[in-house]
Amino acid sequence: MSTASQVIEIIAQQALLEPSDVTEGSTLEDLGIDSLGLVESIFAIEEAFDITVPFNANDPTEGDFDISTVGSIIMAVDALVKDQA
Amino acid sequence: MKRVVITGSGTINALGHDVPTTLEAMREGRCGIGALDIRDVDRLAVKIGGQVRDYDEQTHFNRQQISLYDRFTQFTLLAAKQALDESGLTFSGDLADRSGVVLGTSGGGLNTQDENYRAVYEEGKNRVHPFIVPKLMNNAAASHVSMQYNLRGPSFTVATACASSNHAMGQAFMMIRSGMADVMVTGGSESMLCFGGVKAWEGLRVMSKDACRPFSATRNGMVQGEGAGVFVFEDYDHAIKRGAVILAEVAGFAMSSDASDIVTPSKQGAARAIAGALKDANLNREDVGYINAHGTGTAANDKTECAAVADVFGAHADNLMISSTKSMHGHLIGGTGAVELLACIMALRDGVIAPTIGYEEADPECALDVVPNQARDANVRAVLSNAFAFGGLNAVIALKSA
Repeated sequence: MSTASQVIEIIAQQALLEPSDVTEGSTLEDLGIDSLGLVESIFAIEEAFDITVPFNANDPTEGDFDISTVGSIIMAVDALVKDQA
Repeated sequence: MKRVVITGSGTINALGHDVPTTLEAMREGRCGIGALDIRDVDRLAVKIGGQVRDYDEQTHFNRQQISLYDRFTQFTLLAAKQALDESGLTFSGDLADRSGVVLGTSGGGLNTQDENYRAVYEEGKNRVHPFIVPKLMNNAAASHVSMQYNLRGPSFTVATACASSNHAMGQAFMMIRSGMADVMVTGGSESMLCFGGVKAWEGLRVMSKDACRPFSATRNGMVQGEGAGVFVFEDYDHAIKRGAVILAEVAGFAMSSDASDIVTPSKQGAARAIAGALKDANLNREDVGYINAHGTGTAANDKTECAAVADVFGAHADNLMISSTKSMHGHLIGGTGAVELLACIMALRDGVIAPTIGYEEADPECALDVVPNQARDANVRAVLSNAFAFGGLNAVIALKSA
């Protein structure tokens, strides 16, 4: 399974949506994912890809992990998988 | 001072998943204690408990809720729903601001702690789910009840070991009585039947390996249970005005501290709490027909408790009935007083006194009418419910017929 489809599946599960309803252009806000949902998604991503995501819930925009859209999250995950391989 | 009444009740415990089933089991003297079905039970010396059976969290809660609700919170929410449904209350505006939640628990989310310590220590995992803290915290259950029912007044959790829920209900009572709140959702919950929870209790060497037989000369210790009991306490005038069904009146409450030993109970401390509850409720000794005992089935508790009751009630101690329903549902620790209050309400409303089952042989140090093995019909107008915690913290509640 590609990084994109895995990330989309995780986010869809969090948003209680079908993966087909989640596009790379969606923002987490569009999908109705709140701060707890975001933290839970990041945990699920860490578990699925066996990576550590540099994310501080006190300031989600801090750091290199770009959460502005589903697409940016997929890119950031790809980069982490490469770095932490 | 305002009068306080009970207008809703709910429970889930080893005897049943609701109040009618639980009371039926108590009437029939059924035992809910059996073989523990938990992970690594083969490494435990104590292999029995009053476990909630036929329970699947997924039939009650969705995945998202389960990620936030420890078993003790799940039990609380199920019992709270029954109690609030029975009361017929909904909360908005001023009533929401003047209503709250006070619950007792001792271990809080102990299953969550146990599972996650396993994950990081035993399995060597380096991360845990992000909601472990909000799931394990002792006030999680009270907070989720407040969120679910829009209870925006005073809400908190009380932890005084085996007296937690009596202390919680005492607080709820006093808040309504003083005019601080109109409605309080109160009681307690416990879910300690996990490997670490039982292992810790084993260490104290007070647990029975076969049965809980309070007051019987053959008793050999306590048996742990799990579950929740939740009640709606309400200002009497508020309840009357809306035509609510009143289950019982909370007549009085008293607390005391032994100030002597961290585990050994004191007769004087227990007696002061019992006498205090009578005085607070403005009851004469002769008015009390039934006491739901703390009755843990340990040597130390049962004889101390009987001596305290004999001291306070004098000659009337031989006329009243005192039973321990822990023989059936086990010791729910921080939730025990709440489940036991159901037996008190049954005595007042239905005229049925729940028995002390497993009773085999008289103990001269427990020479009271302990309602052995079979429930009894009796007309009682006032009852007490005792709770005496480790740490010497005692809490006794008095109820009267509605």
